[in-house]
Amino acid sequence: MGMTIVEKILAKHAELESVKPGDNIWINVDNLLTHDVTGPGSIQIFKREFGEDAKVWDKDKVIIIPDHYIFTKDKYAMRNLNDLKAFAEEQDLTYYYEPFTDDYKGVCHVAIMEEGHLLPGEVLFGTDSHTCSSGAFGMFASGIGNTDAGFILGTGKLWVKVPQTMRFTFNGGLPEYIMGKDIILQVINDIGFDGATYKTMQFDGTAINGLNMEERMTICNMAIEAGGKNGLIPADNTTVEYVRNKSSKKFNVIEADKDAVYSFEKTYDASKLEPMVAKPFSPGNGELAKNLSDVKVTRAYIGSCTGGKTTDFFAAAKILYGKKVQVDTFVVPATTKVFESLHQITIKGKTLHQVFEEAGCDIGLPSCAACLGGPKDTFGRTRADEVVISTTNRNFVGRMGSKHAQIYLASPLTAAASAVTGHITDPRVFLESGDQNE
Amino acid sequence: MSKIKGLAYVLGDNIDTDQIIPAIYLVYKVEGEESKMYGKLALSGLPEDIIKEQPFIENDSFTSKYTVLIAGKNFGCGSSREHAPLALQKAGLQAVVAVDYARIFYRNAVDGGFIIPYEIPKYLGDYIKTGDEVEIDLENDMLKNLSTKETYSLSNLGSAKEIIEAGGIFEYARKKKLIK
Repeated sequence: MGMTIVEKILAKHAELESVKPGDNIWINVDNLLTHDVTGPGSIQIFKREFGEDAKVWDKDKVIIIPDHYIFTKDKYAMRNLNDLKAFAEEQDLTYYYEPFTDDYKGVCHVAIMEEGHLLPGEVLFGTDSHTCSSGAFGMFASGIGNTDAGFILGTGKLWVKVPQTMRFTFNGGLPEYIMGKDIILQVINDIGFDGATYKTMQFDGTAINGLNMEERMTICNMAIEAGGKNGLIPADNTTVEYVRNKSSKKFNVIEADKDAVYSFEKTYDASKLEPMVAKPFSPGNGELAKNLSDVKVTRAYIGSCTGGKTTDFFAAAKILYGKKVQVDTFVVPATTKVFESLHQITIKGKTLHQVFEEAGCDIGLPSCAACLGGPKDTFGRTRADEVVISTTNRNFVGRMGSKHAQIYLASPLTAAASAVTGHITDPRVFLESGDQNE
Repeated sequence: MSKIKGLAYVLGDNIDTDQIIPAIYLVYKVEGEESKMYGKLALSGLPEDIIKEQPFIENDSFTSKYTVLIAGKNFGCGSSREHAPLALQKAGLQAVVAVDYARIFYRNAVDGGFIIPYEIPKYLGDYIKTGDEVEIDLENDMLKNLSTKETYSLSNLGSAKEIIEAGGIFEYARKKKLIK
């Protein structure tokens, strides 16, 4: 029986000829990613089990990217940052991106790609459910808890159950008003909030091949919002070119066997997609943006691993150019590199930063910020009964801080369009009226 | 331990990790004295009306009077935070009986040895109410509602059983001589 890409990657890392869905196997881990919320606990467990003086299995393969609670006065959050620093020093870790220094990057899922840590065919585990983002590079990437991370720190290995692969193919031309966010919200809406539990979600087709790495990463990022074990986009020329610019390490592009078996297959006509929104309180609670124009919003939030990359801000700025936002609009670059790009990339002679400032947005510092609420003094955190149109990836009760706030998830285009009108707005209203700025 | 006996606490579908332990509290240490804060804060992210109607943690207590949590589909969806099964354990909970689980929560519950995540095809919230006394027979995978005398057959723990019985992934790996 042929194997899917994920089956091939897992077989190779288990040093087995072949594997099939349902097999429990032990695999060798290429990299472990952790951050300030889950890192300290993982380290505590590692020391509890392997001893105070234990060394990690490979100091070049533990990547610590603090990003969650950085710009806060919360004393526990600051202590956790200090604990990470002490561990990185004690273990002489090669990759520790220290806050409040030039090494600081920001949101781990974006930084890990920008810094060249992702290679096709590899296995990445991370103590964050959105680790699945990195599957955009044709690799196996999945989120785990502190205990599993503590185990990997000591051994470089972990057991996994080989997942079945679901395949979502998008062919045809992608309209300019459709973004990666719309694609993944459409899929989650179609299969349900738990429609991919325990499974791999593979995205392919000509429309996916036409996307840049940031957009691909947005799609894989939200595989977890359908319960997926991982998301995966087969590596192609775009992937290889991106990786070659970042890393000199060797890698192998893995292709599926012709007779690989998929547990589910669905093909979409990309040209027919429409801007999508997920209503409170589930990412699977989808509705077309055009059908929600009676929903008034009181806040817009453009940021996070799903919606705070350069591509996301360029899209938002296309809408916001020369306009004023009607509601409080928070702009949070995912990383320092994205932040710099706001000053470098221009639309009709204005930098993205200028476009946002002139539109009346509040621009924050690179971190996860209010995507997951965070400490009380977090930038953009909801405090009362705000109605937020947000480019983030979760809209659970209380997710952005207040239990009484309502969060609508959408693409940066839709979020920006809604910020301008004060109600949920299909971005075609601006993009198709000849009001474009390109 | 072959039986778990205590009061049931009943919730519905899609109980996410932000409801089990809100992100703002993920700053406390997971080991030692400070970790008891997670018990105090377990399920504090539930909607206010549920908390008012059936408080999981009462007043300033660090533990709950409930022992078994009954839930519907997709329990523990969302974040990978292991603080979620940890918080339930610290509160004194011993088992969850849900229709199914989000995979990272399930993995964390098993590998960390925090609570036993039992599955059952039908939602037991239709038959058991918060405050009923229940008993789980771990050898025969049965749950009995001592308040009504009804019994329910739970799904077999499958490949997770060995890890659960060992007490978590580290003990399991030592038993198998994978680590020292």
